[in-house]
Amino acid sequence: MLIKVPKTSAAKENQITDESVYHRRRDIIKSMGFVGASSLLSSTSAQASFFGNDDKSFKTQALDYAPDAKQVSTKLTPEEKIITHNNFYEFGTGKSDPVENAQQFKVNPWRLSVEGLAENPFSLDYDDLFKQFPLEERIYRLRCVEAWSMVVPWIGFSLAALIKKAKPLSSAKYVAFETLYDPKQMPGQKNRFAGGGIDYPYVEGLRIDEAVHPLTLLSVGLYGKTLPPQNGAPIRLVVPWKYGFKSIKSITRIRLTDKRPPTSWNRLAPNEYGFYANVNPSVDHPRWSQASERRISGASLFSRNRIDTQMFNGYEEVAPLYDGMNLRKNF
Amino acid sequence: MPNTFALKLKPNHLFWVKLIIHIAALAPLCLTFCQAFTDNLGGDPVTALLHFTGLGAFKLLLLSLLVTPLARVLKQGLLIRVRRLIGLYSFTYAFAHFASYILFDLQLDWSLLLSEIIKRPYITVGLIAWLILLALTLTSTKKAQRYLGKKWQSLHNWVYLAVMLVSVHFLWSVKSAILEPLIYMLITLLLLLYRRDKLKRIFKKRLNNTQKIQK
Repeated sequence: MLIKVPKTSAAKENQITDESVYHRRRDIIKSMGFVGASSLLSSTSAQASFFGNDDKSFKTQALDYAPDAKQVSTKLTPEEKIITHNNFYEFGTGKSDPVENAQQFKVNPWRLSVEGLAENPFSLDYDDLFKQFPLEERIYRLRCVEAWSMVVPWIGFSLAALIKKAKPLSSAKYVAFETLYDPKQMPGQKNRFAGGGIDYPYVEGLRIDEAVHPLTLLSVGLYGKTLPPQNGAPIRLVVPWKYGFKSIKSITRIRLTDKRPPTSWNRLAPNEYGFYANVNPSVDHPRWSQASERRISGASLFSRNRIDTQMFNGYEEVAPLYDGMNLRKNF
Repeated sequence: MPNTFALKLKPNHLFWVKLIIHIAALAPLCLTFCQAFTDNLGGDPVTALLHFTGLGAFKLLLLSLLVTPLARVLKQGLLIRVRRLIGLYSFTYAFAHFASYILFDLQLDWSLLLSEIIKRPYITVGLIAWLILLALTLTSTKKAQRYLGKKWQSLHNWVYLAVMLVSVHFLWSVKSAILEPLIYMLITLLLLLYRRDKLKRIFKKRLNNTQKIQK
């Protein structure tokens, strides 16, 4: 259920109205039995749905959650964009590959184990992901290292809550994450070239103080529903002040450790992708500028949606985590 | 042995071959731009446009370089006459590529364009290839050919450098999925290998010229 908190300023209300129009449109499309408007034009899945066989698309479910109290005034990226433009190399390296190849992905049963240097290691099954911790909505900006960005209404819970439950030992300095390894379901893991040369399973890591920062989210849904597979179902990380590749998808393992864990993109190209990967407009990617970004908004091609990239993606409150660190060196 | 290609291309067939080329090149270009303008080109139409036009220009450039070997193997001398048309469509796509980059990706941020051209080798390389193709397009008329005389051929030999640069531009631009650009690079090298004698001659001539200047 999506509850919009009434805004004190009328202007802000206007800025999100677009989305409600959008929701109506999706309902109409759904009632017609199509996957979604855009997939009608995408190559392979289009035909299947056009001839009335819609059962192949992944089914998401509505979630109960507390809406984001401090709703941002920025316009949300339309849901259709968020669920069709994805980097999830396990399902192919093209932006539309995940939505085309992930619809059969099995998320239930699922097992997320929390282990390592902790007093109380535990694991969560599929239902636990939605029941163990109260769910809340967080509207975050997502900045991809490829210099595009979105505004996404995530639903989930703080990673801090999960880590607290595990009771980490004082020796735990880092948190390591691992995506499901299942080449049968993930074509990118089966074939080295289809998966873009990444050594699977995909792994990521955070320093423990980054991991327990209140902004760090474990997301189980977006736009009021459970996550579609292409967005990292059933559970994914969201670290809004870091480049998108840090926000690892379809997590099966969270491990507390005393050593800095390896991270997939850093392993593949250490000169291009660092461990920290904080959004930083003054440190360019070796092959393109990070000073500005294109906000994917669903507006026309001619709309001026190139905006300046902000330090820490605008989440200045994380700056103290990096006091005294050379962020150019630790990119 | 019976001639598999008994059908000999005649001048009146060329009309139809050219018509097919016009349609095959223009229809996808128009359709893709229509989809982009109506926001039906996936999550990020800008990236989709850049990939489509860039790859389209590369494919057409390779096809134009395939015409000569094909004409020889199939013994269809007239086929050479479609080479210019394919080359011009390659530049049409390249033009749409660069225009989309400036208009829709950088959104007329000229200072960003300048710094990207200077700082990023893959964009520098792409621009050089684009400028070569522009020069070839501008001198593609019969009039220009007559006017330039012998110089025309040496100018149009730059296409071999252009296709190499395009291949490098593609390889450098991808994040990690290098299989596709590598396949294209292989095709490029094969097409250049076919012309190895000509390329050797060009190099020798240049080398001699520079040595003469140095003396």
